Amino acid sequence: MNTGHIVVVGASLAGLRAAEALRDEGFTGQLTLIGDEPYPPYDRPPLSKAVLSGRLNEAHTELPQLRTIDARWLLGVAATGLDRPHQQVILADGRRIDFDKLLIATGTRARPWPVAAGIAPRGVHLLRGRDDAAKLHAALQADPRRVLVIGGGFTGSEVASSCRDLGLAVTLTHRGVAPLSGALGATVAHFTLGLHRDAGVDLRIATTVDTLDSDQTGQLRRARLSDGSAVDIDVAVVALGAVSNIDWLAGSGLLTDHHGLRCDAFCRVYTTEGEFADAIYAAGDVAYWPHPLYHDRLVRLEHWGNAVEQARVAAHNMVHDSGELRVHDQLPSFWSNQFGVNVKAIGLPAAADQVVITQGSPAERKFVAAYGQKDRLVGALAVNSPRVLDGYAALIQARAPFPPMLNAPDAPTDHDPLPAGFPHTPASATAHP
Amino acid sequence: MITKPPVQLRIVVDLNRCQSYGQCVFAAPTVFQFHGEESLEYDYAPGEHVRTEVERAAAACPAQAITLGTPAATKASR
Repeated sequence: MNTGHIVVVGASLAGLRAAEALRDEGFTGQLTLIGDEPYPPYDRPPLSKAVLSGRLNEAHTELPQLRTIDARWLLGVAATGLDRPHQQVILADGRRIDFDKLLIATGTRARPWPVAAGIAPRGVHLLRGRDDAAKLHAALQADPRRVLVIGGGFTGSEVASSCRDLGLAVTLTHRGVAPLSGALGATVAHFTLGLHRDAGVDLRIATTVDTLDSDQTGQLRRARLSDGSAVDIDVAVVALGAVSNIDWLAGSGLLTDHHGLRCDAFCRVYTTEGEFADAIYAAGDVAYWPHPLYHDRLVRLEHWGNAVEQARVAAHNMVHDSGELRVHDQLPSFWSNQFGVNVKAIGLPAAADQVVITQGSPAERKFVAAYGQKDRLVGALAVNSPRVLDGYAALIQARAPFPPMLNAPDAPTDHDPLPAGFPHTPASATAHP
Repeated sequence: MITKPPVQLRIVVDLNRCQSYGQCVFAAPTVFQFHGEESLEYDYAPGEHVRTEVERAAAACPAQAITLGTPAATKASR
């Protein structure tokens, strides 16, 4: 199909790259992009780092368009419904946009402070979009006594790091035994304890926030923590992960759950009857799909590189016949910069039950860890070692055995695998004290 | 005389690909900087006056991680 009308809902990284790919693939019909934010597509990774720290203005995060796409852009208006029988996207202003094919790339939003915990006082922030970053940056400039970061995943850790860049007092609460334990496993994540400690973060592991208390004006003043203590704060950042933007699909008959929008490895969206929804595809953070490299394990990857590649695969498949479809089987990869340390990972560390340090030393914050599921290499992590992962990538894609035989010159002498420390496996208590 | 409207520069770095060689920092120091030893930061909209430096940076990147483009034409009518 090279004519007709393709509508892309979601005008961020995946939506933009999909639109470009559709033109690359020879689609000459009408193309419409719909985005709920008023801005042209911008990049989110710097928001928690350079933008918060004031090194980069949030307006300077706009993504490049890489080719002419001759599209109609409907920005600043959310899609609020999908009428499948009539092949229409319903917008917040009541307009209905006809489509012949639809790409859903609505991504995720920050998980809010739970309603059950009470109305969030003024001073409680989320961080997902440009406006969030601008507001939080302004709050950090207003000389807060202390900032509370709730959640020690990538975003929370990066926010804490940025606060310390600004010289602000920071407390970070994290449910697990060490920041990043959810993504890297508790065993490897132990190295982050030193990062926070040396940066001067008041780190509270195995701790959650019970209440956020405000004064008479509704301004945040204090947090009560599960360890019985209280901290005086003026700003809190809720960094408890992301939830898929699938609410607008309610009643559409598409298959969704709390993970996201179900599609196959060809980016074709399923209906609740288990059929493929005619002419509807998904890409980016919203998609929940079986990864061929991992025995079709269902994954939702909130990764920059996945948004780019899945968008390209979806675009290809939207304009090709069933005999010419491409499968989305890219090796996952992600990265983070925090506390002056570069973290890069490939594969699916979270699928692992075992981990081994293959190069360097966590104590020196320069190391590589290999992750294994049973006897197979499934992921690798490189800390301040940004040039080593290509070799591991080839091994993972070749479904190489674990532990990998590398004979690296900087291999530690003690290289017995340890439990990886994800919820499905216990952590090693003594791995990296 | 017809003057072409200035094409504004937008750039993006694939930080999965980036291996922190730092060639871009040498080529265009007002656009690319390290924050910490290995953490690259950059201005996505650095301005037309540094286009030559940015093109040099993209060409010099051993990982070929830097891509140049234009602002998304979101205001264009059709």
